[in-house]
Amino acid sequence: MSDRDVYALRLGDDALVLSQRLSWWSSRAPELEEDLALTNIALDQLGQARSLLASVGDEDELAFLRGDREYLNLLIVEQPNGDFATTIARQLLFSTFQLSRYEALVGHRDEVIGGVAAKAVKEVAYHRDHAVKWTLRLGDGTAESHRRMQDAIDALWPYVHEMLDADPLEAEVGVDPATLREGWEEFIGETLEDATLATPEPGDWRPCGGRQGVHTEGFGHMLAEMQSLHRAHPGATW
Amino acid sequence: MTAAQARAIVAEVPDPEIPVLTIEDLGILRDVAVERERVVVTVTPTYSGCPAMDVIREEIDRRLRDRGADGAEIRTVLSPAWSSDWMSEDGRRKLREYGIAPPTGGGGELLVLGVACPRCGSTNVKQISAFGATACQSQYACQACLEPFDHFKDH
Repeated sequence: MSDRDVYALRLGDDALVLSQRLSWWSSRAPELEEDLALTNIALDQLGQARSLLASVGDEDELAFLRGDREYLNLLIVEQPNGDFATTIARQLLFSTFQLSRYEALVGHRDEVIGGVAAKAVKEVAYHRDHAVKWTLRLGDGTAESHRRMQDAIDALWPYVHEMLDADPLEAEVGVDPATLREGWEEFIGETLEDATLATPEPGDWRPCGGRQGVHTEGFGHMLAEMQSLHRAHPGATW
Repeated sequence: MTAAQARAIVAEVPDPEIPVLTIEDLGILRDVAVERERVVVTVTPTYSGCPAMDVIREEIDRRLRDRGADGAEIRTVLSPAWSSDWMSEDGRRKLREYGIAPPTGGGGELLVLGVACPRCGSTNVKQISAFGATACQSQYACQACLEPFDHFKDH
């Protein structure tokens, strides 16, 4: 597979896996507006993923017939939804990164990568805004919501290192994530401060491997659920 | 079939989620051409994941076949990215009459000014949620007449 295809697949898998995680919230969010918000975000991510996967091969085969070791998404997007604060923390940390990545890819020479980026910047700006507003409400809310939001940020923090580490392939084909770190840290730092939350200290445990197909335990369960219908009834339509 | 004839047919295809709007009103119909006696229609999605696109593509093909064309090649382009500025004046009026506040063109992506209640016209409105029943809408409530309504987002 060409470096270009590997890169498109990485971007697409990030969006696809996050979309699948978020869609779980349909009918389960704390209020109707949140059901609509999280499922709309999931739909935007799915649309981005479809264009990217279709530029690499058959989108259904790529989504439904690859095993976990063939998925190239970052570990942070596959982390379980947890409580509502965990989902919001994942949204905050990832959408801030995803937005800056798409911003850097607008005008990219590849028609699909540049095209998806130009559409997605407007969509992901909404996603980040949604996450920021909830982070402020939960962080600067009650003692219980503050505790949960801080716990969620702390629990997901080890996974931001993989997301922001330098990557030669990505630097060559698209944008090196390491160049986005400074802007990301500034935005997240200010948001957490506004929300009366502490920015975690960088620890020694920095899980990685998503880009090589080595995933966390919950990912296999998620993938099995996502693929079960297609695998049981190949080619089914409705 | 000439390109002009094909365009007249295709331009009438409605948006399945907001059927008062045609794809021409929405500004997602980018081009209709005839290449080697085959109709080529170019469309662009409003939002990346808009589920209406599949239905719209099928409907374009069906209507052209009904009128004697041999189907159509339908191309989907992402760039330049669709903007709500491309919605026609006629489309904005139809939306308002349908009960959806049209895009205003009066603000950025997140702070939109000038949204008016489609029922009483008041701009004393409050956003309930930045997200709505479809990817392209957000939810508002009018503080004057108390009606809740959808706003077609500025995008």
